Amino acid sequence: MVTESYDLVVVGAGPAGLAGAGAAGQLGLRVALLDMAERIGGQFYRQPAAALGATRPQALHHDWDAFVALRGRLAAGRVEHLGRHHVWAVERDGDGGRGGPGERPGGRRGDGEWVVHAVVGEDGGEGGEGGGEGRRAVRVRARAVLLATGAYERQLPFPGWTLPGVVGAGGAQAMLKGGLVRPGKRVVVAGSGPLLLAVASSLASAGVEVPAVIEASGYLGYARHPRALAANPRKLAEGLTHGAALLRHRIPLRTRSAVTEAYGSERVEAVTVSRLDARWRPVPGSGRRIACDALAVGHGLVPGIELATTLGCATRSTADNTLALRLSSTQETSVRGIWAAGEVGGVAGAQLACAEGELAALAIAARLTKPGPYAGPDPRRPSGLDPGRPARVGQLLSRRARLRAFAEAMAAAHAPGPGWTDWLSDDTEVCRCEEVTAGRIRAAVTDEGARDARTVKLFTRAGMGWCQGRMCGAAVSCLAGDGQPPAQRRPLAVPVTLGALAAEGPGCGQEPSRSQT
Amino acid sequence: MSRRQRWSGREARVDGAARTPGELAGARPGPAFEITVDGRALPALPGQTVAAALWAAGILAWRTTRAGGKPRGVFCGIGQCFDCLVTVNGVANRRACLVGVRPGDAIGTQEGEGRGELAV
Repeated sequence: MVTESYDLVVVGAGPAGLAGAGAAGQLGLRVALLDMAERIGGQFYRQPAAALGATRPQALHHDWDAFVALRGRLAAGRVEHLGRHHVWAVERDGDGGRGGPGERPGGRRGDGEWVVHAVVGEDGGEGGEGGGEGRRAVRVRARAVLLATGAYERQLPFPGWTLPGVVGAGGAQAMLKGGLVRPGKRVVVAGSGPLLLAVASSLASAGVEVPAVIEASGYLGYARHPRALAANPRKLAEGLTHGAALLRHRIPLRTRSAVTEAYGSERVEAVTVSRLDARWRPVPGSGRRIACDALAVGHGLVPGIELATTLGCATRSTADNTLALRLSSTQETSVRGIWAAGEVGGVAGAQLACAEGELAALAIAARLTKPGPYAGPDPRRPSGLDPGRPARVGQLLSRRARLRAFAEAMAAAHAPGPGWTDWLSDDTEVCRCEEVTAGRIRAAVTDEGARDARTVKLFTRAGMGWCQGRMCGAAVSCLAGDGQPPAQRRPLAVPVTLGALAAEGPGCGQEPSRSQT
Repeated sequence: MSRRQRWSGREARVDGAARTPGELAGARPGPAFEITVDGRALPALPGQTVAAALWAAGILAWRTTRAGGKPRGVFCGIGQCFDCLVTVNGVANRRACLVGVRPGDAIGTQEGEGRGELAV
């Protein structure tokens, strides 16, 4: 099996990964950029497949110019883009994943310290027919790793949410951007967070009737953070742009409301929208039915940090109760040599992702090109950053501070209230994969003594299915009373076939071709 | 086929509002081809995923769950939820939102784990 070696492996080709890979490439590092999609862009800049021949991809996007700049920078440096690579693990070279010191037998410390494992193919699965690519497993070696794995949507279940036509708000956006398709002709957009406004305006521009945008929080929450708002005029302008788009398409925005039930036989035909109190409990008698043929729903984003937590990277809780990576002033995780940028450090949007990706690249380049042993991070000084570019570094640091402050205000404003579980009925499926109902989970808590999501999983199988709790994790934790899904340590971050594992051959550090030469 | 005509510039509206996503993005896809879904012929476009081709045909569900036999299709749309699993050319459990369509693909709706043939 072939193992390529690079200075830096970047996992994720969204804004953070693109900015990081592009900057590192321009600083002279040899970079591999791995992403599960064929084309770069991640979710935010998800591009239509090339064969769809989109002559105006920018019409589906916000800030496309920034993407064009990132793309140009990537092409200018020594960056190898490896699309359709599903990374399932990152481990230290030479210890078979046991977390020991980064030395290979006969190897030099600091050279090829990390091994990134991936399966190659459209879905990384077992579909070997189309050229056998589904079974290809690869290992990529690197001296440093930048995790820019982004986020996925947080879902809070409600009766009827498993009906066909109920899709993630981000999912509707992804299918629109990538496949130029829409889930229906009349689509209610609901949940919480600024993504809803973007999704509603995209759908409306693409000919979808959006009868309402339903936001569980109020936008007044932002007013509690006047300094973060004042420092971010561009974010406010974005909000105004989306607001203006809603007005133009005559889409009403209902705040402090939620879709508390979806109805339909074969597919969703209508939803009930209820008023919420300050704790997100539905106000009795406030329900109002809206006819629709699809619902796009999501309650903010959850950092996708499985690769990092499996490595033992430290985490922190965010204001909206998600788990994000704890990062140093130079974007390094608590595990030396593993860096992170963008949503994995706390959901904050594309602009911050770009700033963080570039900062990480500067720090990594400084580390890797520094002669002699590394002295260790100095928390008082954002050192380790390329001393040749003080102005750029200063600019990025202040941009990061400003945008992080805004993100904290945003997370606080849209944090789910604890009362949302009141809209569940006992027969609402919470875990979509294993078809575990709210009633079953409540029984595990009240009758069987489960006090956290992990115990609930062991008792009920909630979170044990294909998605590994990515869809139900937030909900199960709320029902179990521990509030927040635990940091996951999984040897496989994505499904890997036995065939792919076998194709990998002997474990790292035991490769005959390396140890014998 | 009809989808290509629908996306052609001739139908572009003068008021700037697009009627379809393809029109909005100025899509000029290659010629449509045929796939089958449980034996029924459907048009598909080069570059579409299985899920996009099915959505374009108004199909939202193509799997039934293992326990309750409930219909499912795309949910997360980004390869994370595994709700959109589908059988493609006899291979079960492929994520429809990630797998691209090719001419002549035989798409099969999937019951449960999609391995009914292994039942004894």
